[in-house]
Amino acid sequence: MPKVLRLEPRLRVPAAIVAAAPMAAIAVTLLLCSALIVWAGAPVGRAYLLLFDGAFGSRFAITETLTRATPLIFTGLAAAVAFRAHFYNIGAEGQLYIGALAAVAIGGGAIPAPPAVLFPLMILAGMAAGALLLLVPALAKTRLGVDEVVTTLLLNFVALLFVSLMLDGPMKDPTALGWPQSMTLPSELEFGKLLERSRVHSGLILALVLALALWVVNDRTTFGYEMRAVGANAKAARFAGISVDAVMLETALLSGALAGLAGVGEVAGRAGYLTLDMSPGYGYSGIVIAMLAGLNPLGVVVAAVFVAGIIVGADSMSRAVGVPTYLADVIVAVSLLSMLVATMLVRYKVRWS
Amino acid sequence: MGLILHMAAPSPSPGPSLSQREGGAVLRLSGITKRFGALVANDDISLDLARGEVLGLLGENGAGKSTLVSILFGHYVADAGSIEVFGQPLPPGQPKAALAAGIGMVHQHFTLADNLSVLDNVLIGTEPLWRPLSHRRQARERLLQTSRQFGLTVDPDARIAELSVGERQRVEILKALYRGARILILDEPTAVLTPQESEALFATLRTLIADGLSIIFISHKLDEVLAVSRRVAVLRQGKLVALREAGELSKAELAELMVGHRVDVPVRGPASSQSAPVTLLSVSALAAGDKLARASFDVQRGEIFGVAGVSGNGQAQLADALCGLLAPAGGEIRVAGRAIAATPRAFIAAGVARVPEDRAAVGVIGDLAIWENAVSEHYREPAFSHLGWLRRSAAKSEARRIVERFDVRCSGLDAPTRSMSGGNIQKLILGRALLNQPEVIVANQPTWGLDIGAVSYIHSQLLAARNRGAAVVLISEDLDELFAIADRIAVMFHGHLSQARRDWTLAEIGLAMAGSGEPAHA
Amino acid sequence: MLELIAAAPFWIAVLRIATPLIFGTLGVLLCERAGVLNLGIEGIMVAGAFSGWLAVYYGAGLWTGVLVSACAGAAFGLLHGVLTVILALSQHVAGLGITLLATSLSYYAYRVNFPKVNSPPTITPFGETHLFDAVPGIGTALGAQTPLTLLALAVVPLIAYVLYRTPAGLALRMVGENPAAVEAQGISVTAVRIGAIAAGSALMGVAGAFLTLSAFNAFYFNMVNGRGWICVALVVFASWRPGKALLGAILFAAFDALQLRLQQSSAGVLPYQVYLMMPYLLSIVALALVARKAAYPQALMKPYRKGER
Repeated sequence: MPKVLRLEPRLRVPAAIVAAAPMAAIAVTLLLCSALIVWAGAPVGRAYLLLFDGAFGSRFAITETLTRATPLIFTGLAAAVAFRAHFYNIGAEGQLYIGALAAVAIGGGAIPAPPAVLFPLMILAGMAAGALLLLVPALAKTRLGVDEVVTTLLLNFVALLFVSLMLDGPMKDPTALGWPQSMTLPSELEFGKLLERSRVHSGLILALVLALALWVVNDRTTFGYEMRAVGANAKAARFAGISVDAVMLETALLSGALAGLAGVGEVAGRAGYLTLDMSPGYGYSGIVIAMLAGLNPLGVVVAAVFVAGIIVGADSMSRAVGVPTYLADVIVAVSLLSMLVATMLVRYKVRWS
Repeated sequence: MGLILHMAAPSPSPGPSLSQREGGAVLRLSGITKRFGALVANDDISLDLARGEVLGLLGENGAGKSTLVSILFGHYVADAGSIEVFGQPLPPGQPKAALAAGIGMVHQHFTLADNLSVLDNVLIGTEPLWRPLSHRRQARERLLQTSRQFGLTVDPDARIAELSVGERQRVEILKALYRGARILILDEPTAVLTPQESEALFATLRTLIADGLSIIFISHKLDEVLAVSRRVAVLRQGKLVALREAGELSKAELAELMVGHRVDVPVRGPASSQSAPVTLLSVSALAAGDKLARASFDVQRGEIFGVAGVSGNGQAQLADALCGLLAPAGGEIRVAGRAIAATPRAFIAAGVARVPEDRAAVGVIGDLAIWENAVSEHYREPAFSHLGWLRRSAAKSEARRIVERFDVRCSGLDAPTRSMSGGNIQKLILGRALLNQPEVIVANQPTWGLDIGAVSYIHSQLLAARNRGAAVVLISEDLDELFAIADRIAVMFHGHLSQARRDWTLAEIGLAMAGSGEPAHA
Repeated sequence: MLELIAAAPFWIAVLRIATPLIFGTLGVLLCERAGVLNLGIEGIMVAGAFSGWLAVYYGAGLWTGVLVSACAGAAFGLLHGVLTVILALSQHVAGLGITLLATSLSYYAYRVNFPKVNSPPTITPFGETHLFDAVPGIGTALGAQTPLTLLALAVVPLIAYVLYRTPAGLALRMVGENPAAVEAQGISVTAVRIGAIAAGSALMGVAGAFLTLSAFNAFYFNMVNGRGWICVALVVFASWRPGKALLGAILFAAFDALQLRLQQSSAGVLPYQVYLMMPYLLSIVALALVARKAAYPQALMKPYRKGER
């Protein structure tokens, strides 16, 4: 076998290719997934049309998509900052739940304090809880050299069981007919609605502001510089005098706090209380979103709206033509892989030589 | 410097006449041409190798030596030309065919798996992949027999990680012989050896050619090539510029052939004539990591202090300790009389300029822009940041200063650093270190793998720093380099640093590098 | 407590719990020994569990079902190989992508086949072999196992043999340590790595098949429940050795069985969630204990590009 595939770095990458790559990836994804729609016995064109319509075709669809996108922006940012520093936080799902739990613990009526005090406290508690949960794997990595991928993954299960424990016990809402459900937040502590007759809440504004802020931090500050340096080459960063462990820990705290915020937003902005099925995997989707966005905080917003649209649209399409809603998850997974391939092809030429 | 020449004792016996040799050519390259884009890496190269001959292949980095060898080995396919081995055409682009034809290669960077045994490393690829049981006992017998035949003793069950560099090279040679290689290509085989180990290698080579093997000896060290080769082929910019009997050539001629013009070697002037020496760097009883047991030395204002030694004897740990990367387990490091905390930041703050061994992996962050790497050691200083905000324009103008003053060739300050060549990356690192006229400089293998132009540039910069009064520590495995620019040299062996001397002979320093010289001072 | 551990039912449970972990850990071991992290395992186990079960549900024999699971695993392994070995993509992200893809595809396919079912459709799973009942000592515990558990126990020495006694095994170990050394001998690093990933992923598929064809008789969502991730932790704990992988899986299963027993015998003392957390926490602790001295294959997670060093 003399011939092999070789990857050769492109010296110059035309801007048009960079812009076209995500489009091409999404086109390929939809093409591949249309086979699944055919298998389910539905007309492909109509299914995709319905999907798009369900995601963006009406005021209701758009507001639902934005509501869905809100936690996804937070978890997407959580993954993006951590991955940028090569800290693989796969535990955003657990951090989201713990953040939500902390928010409910503060705001659920246990603390007698005015809402003006409780509201910021609730948000901070959610951020702190998410950050602390990620601090464990981060310390294990910097102190003991334990790979964070597996520990953060495993902690998701621990976190969910802990939430289940609390919802069965001390934080259970006794009026909830036996379902494990937390106390409901008083309405003064809920995030305000942005639009009448919709579920879009001010958490979206917070998410957008944070995305912008993180973009600025990344590009313009010494901390952003340190995160990028550590992520690109930790050895060289250390040689240059950057404290790699400290940057890693700071990044982990930031990432965990962002994921915790996703949880706060969900209880305070949407549900009002915490249940065990609050997140349909927002934490994992956040990783996909971060990768789709090329780890760019502003790109995260776009990618989150895209993924949210797929999820919301697939729901309504499923009701109309009977294609299982899991199609949304397949589309998201395939778009992740094709996006990875597309970015690789942008940076490298594949040669058969 | 002529020691290696003397050690390769037997004067080359007059070889068979050219016509005879051509008749007995075991390997013949005809018109080999290879282009990479606009670059012609090999330009119509024709060569032949006789039975029982050592052919020296000489050339600078980038002259086309490794491309030629890669074509021979089927890693690349030539755009034009053909190869014959023992009279049979060699199919292009097939590594297996080259192996089967009896060509063996010993790479400069050994292709051995450290965690596997010698036997595993020799055995790989010698059996059909899908054989249900590896014939390990027979293989072991054959390995031991081969090693006895050529006097290359190794323990088949030792892990590679436990072996010295010389022993690893022996494994590499055995690997080739085990495969029945009759043509051996050695790529810079002495780069990592002590002079004595090199001598042992040359003795091995003599055994091999006596047995009828043919050897291509690739090197950029003129003495060695002249000493071991019967004929010398010189490559320059992809062209074969000379193919001559070694006996007809002088070192100076060879150097000129290789470079294409006379080389101005930077000359070390007399040590700066200061009345009282001022100690800028003082290292006492330093121990660090698993390899550095004890090192004590002072470096004065205006001198280059050389540290010699075979790789793996603790130089890396010494360099890391002197860069703040490795906390000393004992002893201390003082800069201008003050003890320094063991962090890179403290060393930078104390004005220690550092040039690391691995320029691409440690010296720069390849994915970041050139301007970002230019300030990577100083971005916290008020000049480049304010309340956590980067002053990008200040950083860029600093980068521009470095690029201009140190002749860094790049396509722009925003280009990713990895887009530059190794020599330019090294100039960037050197510029970052030297721009602010540091008092103390620690350079670890600063010229490793660079072409002659870049080497001489870096030497001249280090000498200039010394001449203006800096104290320079130069850690190098290249004795030529140390003899050329260091004022005093000490030798690392087994984690101990010897006394520094100004007057080493090559034989003495070789013995010290092998651990049998004067005892390391207490 | 001692009686509990000495009793045969305890060890029957241990081997049963250990079975998917043995297959899974050996699968991860093959991939990582060849230098590739395969975080696709969690999803590949789901796909294995689903595909094998579906085949049996539609009338295939149980062993055919196992084969289908292995093939499904190998197929996802090939995809992982193309992404990480040929295209040299991030092994972390590609692996997670495979997990998401394999999981969502399985769930989607399940719903396409069974749009509306109240209780999951069932099959008749493997039965206990009772082959070893006469053997004193361990006979009872072995005899009460299904064939897949016995297969798992047989695969351990088989993998060890292949790794340490065959040319292919040597090539596999060597690409995980120094791929250039393998390429220099005219063996394709790409082929060896992709082959190792496919074989390892096939084992992961069988690990999933055990869940639907032996342990249970139906396919449930979330039935893999982190077992794949635990295998990734176990292989570090096992220092990438098959024998130690078996030991680690059994040790882990023993703790898991113990917490199940404690949960039943001391009901109400502690909330059940505390017991359920134990396996995950245990894995984290085990990782922390060995992390410092773990001798990772030297080329693990380092993509190999020909001609680059």
